[in-house]
Amino acid sequence: MGVRYRLLWALSLAHSILVVEMSLIQLKKVSVEFPIYNSSSRSLKNRVLSIATGGKIERRSDGLVIVRGLDNISLTFQDGDRIGLIGHNGSGKTTLLRVLSGIYTPTNGSSVIEGHCVSLININLGIDPDATGRENIRLRSAMMGMHPREITEKFDQIADFSGLGDFLDVPFRTYSSGMQLRLAFATSTAVRPEILIMDEWLSTGDEDFKERANERMRELVNSTQILVLASHSRQLLEKNCNRIVWLEHGRIKMDGIPSEVLPAYFGN
Amino acid sequence: MSIEVSDGNESNEVVQLGPITGVMVAIRDIAEALSKYRLAVIFGWQDVAQRYRRSRVGAFWLTLNMAVFIGALGLIFGTLFQSEMRHFLPYVCAGIITWSFISTSVSEGCSTFISSQGIILQVRMPLFTHVMRAMWRNIIIFSHNIIIFPIVAIAMGFQINFNILWSIPGFFLLCVNLTWIMLILATLCARYRDMSQVVANILQVLFYATPIMWMVKALPGHVSHAFIQWNPVYHFLELVRAPLLGAAPTIQDWSVSVAVAVIGWAFAIVFFGRYRWRIAYWL
Repeated sequence: MGVRYRLLWALSLAHSILVVEMSLIQLKKVSVEFPIYNSSSRSLKNRVLSIATGGKIERRSDGLVIVRGLDNISLTFQDGDRIGLIGHNGSGKTTLLRVLSGIYTPTNGSSVIEGHCVSLININLGIDPDATGRENIRLRSAMMGMHPREITEKFDQIADFSGLGDFLDVPFRTYSSGMQLRLAFATSTAVRPEILIMDEWLSTGDEDFKERANERMRELVNSTQILVLASHSRQLLEKNCNRIVWLEHGRIKMDGIPSEVLPAYFGN
Repeated sequence: MSIEVSDGNESNEVVQLGPITGVMVAIRDIAEALSKYRLAVIFGWQDVAQRYRRSRVGAFWLTLNMAVFIGALGLIFGTLFQSEMRHFLPYVCAGIITWSFISTSVSEGCSTFISSQGIILQVRMPLFTHVMRAMWRNIIIFSHNIIIFPIVAIAMGFQINFNILWSIPGFFLLCVNLTWIMLILATLCARYRDMSQVVANILQVLFYATPIMWMVKALPGHVSHAFIQWNPVYHFLELVRAPLLGAAPTIQDWSVSVAVAVIGWAFAIVFFGRYRWRIAYWL
C-alpha cells in the first residue's frame, strides 16, 4: 500500500516537473438553477409548520421559484484563449464568471477547471479601511491567494507602483478615493494567475497613472494563459480578445472570432 | 433568464451528471483549508486587530467587561448560595470564561458563512477556512480573557497545582469539538436564517442547565445527576475548568468528549459533503 502511494506520488511529482502545466476550462452541458427564497422559505419554523400541516398550504402560497441562470452551456477554453463575454444585463454573465472561477458548482452538467484561477471582480475585497496601506497590501494579497513569501517578494514593487510613498503608513480610510483605488489596483494586479477572470477592465486614476495602469494591465493579461473578460466595451474586446462568447437568456447565442460576433452584437 | 415555477416534481428530461457530493468533497475542502491555514490565521488576527485600532486597549475591553461581570456575579451568587468566596470566585471565573468561549464560538459559527458572503461569492477558497477564521479569532479572545483567572486566583489566595497543565490538551479537544458544531451550524444557518435565534435560545438554556453559576454539590440530594452526566457541554467545560481549579481531569469527561468529537466530526463531514456545493447559492 505504502509503496504504491509513494510511487504514485513520485510519478505525479515527475509529471509536474516534466510537463509544463496547461490550463484548461471545460464545461459540459452546464446548467445553473437558482432557487429564489422568499423570507418565508428561509425560515425553519415555516418549514416545520409546512411539514406538520401536510405541506399543502405552504406550497401553494410559497411556490418556490427557480431561476435558470445558465442553460446547457458547453465550452472549452485552452491555453492562449482570450475570451470576451458579452450579453445584456441578466443574460448570465456574472453567473458564468462564477462557474468559471469555481464558486458556483453547476446544478447540472460537469465543469473542469485546471489551473490557478483568480477573479478580479471586486478589487477592494479584503481591504480593511482602518489598517494602514502597508497592512492592506498584505491583506489584499493574501485574499487573492498569494503565499507570504510571494507577498514579501512583491511588496516593494507594489508599494512602488502605487506611488503612495509615506502615505503607506497611515490608515487606508484617510486616503482620497483616487489613492484608495491606486493601492487596490497596484496590489490586485500583482498576481500572476494561470486563469484570470475579470468583470470589466480595471482602469483608474488621473491621466498619468492611467497610462501606467493600462500598461500594467496589459502585462498581467499577457502573462495569463486563459483570460475571461466580461465587458460592454467593443473597443476593449477587439483589442484584447481572440474569441467572443455571446450570452442571451443563459444560453450561448454566438461563439466565434471577434470580427464575426462583435458586429452581430453591437451592429456595424 | 428563463424563469419557471416548479410544481413539486422535479423531472429533468436531460439526465446529466449533477454536482459532485459526498464525503470526499468535504474532506478535500477541509484538507485544503488546513493546508492554507495562513489565510484563516491572517484574517482571524485581522478581526482582533480591528478592535485594537479603534482603541488602545483593544480586545482587552472585552476582558475588562468580563472581569466586572465575573466579579458581580461571583459576589451575588456567592452570597446567595452562602459559598466560601475563596473557592467560589475562582470557580465562577474559570467557568464563565470557558463558557463564553464556547457560546461565542457557537453563535458566531451560525453567522460564519453569512458574514463571509462577499468573499465566498468572489474568491474560490475552501469554505472551511471561514470556520477556522472564526475559531482562531475566538481562541485569541479567549487567551485575552483567561488572564483574569490567575489574578482572581492570587487575589483569593487560591492554590493552583500542576494539574493545570491538563487544561491545554483539554482546550484543544474542546476546540476540535467546537469546530464541527460551527461547521454544521454555519451551513444550516446559511439556508435557514432563523436558525441562529434557535441556537441563541438553546445556549441561554444551557447556561443555566450547566453547572457554571452553581456547583454540582449544591444540587439537592433527591435530584438525579443524570442531566449533568448526559450534558456534553458540562464535559466540554470540565476539560478546561477542572484542571484550572487543580483537579485532574476525569476519564469520563475525556471519554465523553472524545466520543462526541468522533461522532460529531463523522456526521459533520457527511453533512458538509452533501450540502457544500449549495452554500454559494444560499447566500
